[in-house]
Amino acid sequence: MNFDFSDDQKLLKDQVRKFLNDKCPMTTVRRVLEGPETHAAEVWQGLIDLGIPGTTIPEAHGGLGLGPLELCVVAEEIGRSCAPVPFETSVILATEALKMAGSPAQQAKWLPLLAQGKAVGTVALAEGPQPLKPRGVATRFGNGRLNGVKLPVTDGELATFAIVLVNTGGQGERALSLALVDLAQKGVTRRRLETVDPTRKHAELTFADATAELLGAEGEGWRVLERLQDAAAVYMAFAQVGGAEAAMWMARDYALQRQAFGRAIASYQAIKHKLADCYVKLEIARSNAYYGAMMLTEGGADLPLAAAAARVAATDAYDYAAKENIQTHGGIGFTWQADTQFHYRRARLLSLSLGGPMAWKDKLVTRLERKNAA
Amino acid sequence: MDFNDTPEEAAFRKEVRAWLEANAVRKSDDRQSNRARNDDPELLKKAKAWQAKKAQAGYARMTWPKEFGGRGASPILQVIYQQEEQNFLVPLGFFDIGLGMCIPTMMAYASQDQLKRYVKPALHGDEIWCQLFSEPAAGSDVAGIRTRAERSGDDWIVNGQKVWTSGAHYCDYGILLTRTDPSVPKHQGLTMFFLDMKSPGVEVRPIKQISGGANFNEVFFTDVRIPDAQRLGKVGDGWKAALTTLMNERLAVGMPSGGLDVDELMELARDTELEDGIAIRNQQVRSKIAEWYVQTQGLKLTRYRTLTALSRGQTPGPESSIIKIVAAAKMQDMGAFAMELMGHAGILKDEVPQAGGFQAQWVGGAGFRIAGGTDEILRNIVAERVLGMPADVRVDKDIPFNKMGGKG
Repeated sequence: MNFDFSDDQKLLKDQVRKFLNDKCPMTTVRRVLEGPETHAAEVWQGLIDLGIPGTTIPEAHGGLGLGPLELCVVAEEIGRSCAPVPFETSVILATEALKMAGSPAQQAKWLPLLAQGKAVGTVALAEGPQPLKPRGVATRFGNGRLNGVKLPVTDGELATFAIVLVNTGGQGERALSLALVDLAQKGVTRRRLETVDPTRKHAELTFADATAELLGAEGEGWRVLERLQDAAAVYMAFAQVGGAEAAMWMARDYALQRQAFGRAIASYQAIKHKLADCYVKLEIARSNAYYGAMMLTEGGADLPLAAAAARVAATDAYDYAAKENIQTHGGIGFTWQADTQFHYRRARLLSLSLGGPMAWKDKLVTRLERKNAA
Repeated sequence: MDFNDTPEEAAFRKEVRAWLEANAVRKSDDRQSNRARNDDPELLKKAKAWQAKKAQAGYARMTWPKEFGGRGASPILQVIYQQEEQNFLVPLGFFDIGLGMCIPTMMAYASQDQLKRYVKPALHGDEIWCQLFSEPAAGSDVAGIRTRAERSGDDWIVNGQKVWTSGAHYCDYGILLTRTDPSVPKHQGLTMFFLDMKSPGVEVRPIKQISGGANFNEVFFTDVRIPDAQRLGKVGDGWKAALTTLMNERLAVGMPSGGLDVDELMELARDTELEDGIAIRNQQVRSKIAEWYVQTQGLKLTRYRTLTALSRGQTPGPESSIIKIVAAAKMQDMGAFAMELMGHAGILKDEVPQAGGFQAQWVGGAGFRIAGGTDEILRNIVAERVLGMPADVRVDKDIPFNKMGGKG
């Protein structure tokens, strides 16, 4: 039985944790919350110096050439710190999409830039207030030209390029493709959007005859996206686990220090049991996330089911810890000055950005039915 | 990451498998036939025979030192044995409390002669032990017990009542927590003994549970004489001895297996027609299935994390403390939900073939949430030991037991 990370992986985790503890305190997260910056540039630069954006990029393309397990431990630390950096977008989604579906030329062009932090990638999927589904993607791509509006796009202002879900004509899922578009061009307009988590900036991207190219084959967009989202679900589950654990300890620390009715509120069972439940959900999430990581490493047939389970458990753990952290703090936890808001905001963002719990529970059961039928 | 054995573990697993194939019958795929054998009236006799066979082969308590019939082996090997044994139709469960809690307490406090006398028969299933701690007025707060032991020459005279004593009706010996000094605060006045359950003055009465079964008992003590030589630990040190017992609660990696789970619920949902179509297509049903699947997987994988630590020779983390909290609630809620899918007929005992198993979970879950530490006590333990939160305020901590108000 070898169901844990290796000593080397734990060392990497400690290194990233230490860096973020030093360089990305909550005051930095607050600065991005309150300010105009697209991200905490000095934190991002520090992560670039550590080689983090290239964690899973092959050495031939200038990355560290490490595996999914290494990226999982990094994700957990990013999640724990609420770092305002383009991690899920550039390091997870854009990088994985290029690795999955990019042509050799696309990989040769973009992976080295991603690895060195000279480019930031993102994905542009949603088109306003509807959950993502194969029907109703209006953004069109044809003859090398991209037209349409995508929102919200995480890191849309900061990103160098975007991978866009587009309609290329045809039936059902086969109508969808992925297009890679360089955002530094005349045909692209970016507009900042106000969101519930301003520590991660979002934009609306408008494409008007923008030059773009297919990423992967035409008509394969939805299929690739599902695989991409499965991989991302596992990585994000680690980020959510890290965030949930941080929120749980923040609540615990406050409960130890806060006195009411003559004693620390941490001595009341109403508080103890609430935080014990945080721990229970956290460990269920952690164990499911580990299995997702294992399947990701092996490319195991169980990956779709494991990814859905990791996602459902981690979303539940982080949402619960984030809200009960505020509750444990009482009134002060609801003030702008409190740090509780960072987890509350981030938990919701991470819950929604890959599709919400209802959709993933449905996917999970579909995959379970498929597995049982096999 | 992988779920593989080390070469040493794989070799041991092979050895165990071969031994089990030679000595026991492998379970069939048919759940019903596996269950039928559990109603066997000869079960205890068969369990004793199986325990003897297992002990002779050296598999009964592998982590114990050689002198007591163990192998001084790593806990992971014991777990591997249990994993393999679960695939065979063998009667289990009668010896867990004795070997998991009572005998380890004896090892900590009994004399060498006593150990020579009692350990081997316990290991080989000849004598079964029970644990006499809980009382009608002392459940979660076990230090509040009132059963009195009073000194009389070389003996102690015991009067009082214990409750929830699993297996007392077939047990030969027991370890007994008593109050020897009511004039000091409750934790300080306790003393532990072991006794022969056939001693004059011991009366065992079964307690019928809401499930209809009777695994627990009330045990009454009327002027029962226990020699001072059977005292475990010093007079007044009973709480410390009790903690030794409780610390030895079996490795939290084993779980009741073979109960209905998500697969059976899905089967039921496929066979159930709701107003808007078959139940498995209903989003509420799917959400529930997904949540319980995540819990089932989460528990299995959490045990794997604990086993990984054991396999690496490390001390497991506290993660296994979540297992009963999650498993018990899931058992109760999933049973109730499955019954709901059957409509009004979910209450029927005989006419609906799938109902029985889910009803058993719904009833059993209510007990499982209490036995061996209630949901509430387990949450306290997680909060205190894992999260470092303060223990509950104990208003009776410094008050002499006989000066406490109310019913103590």
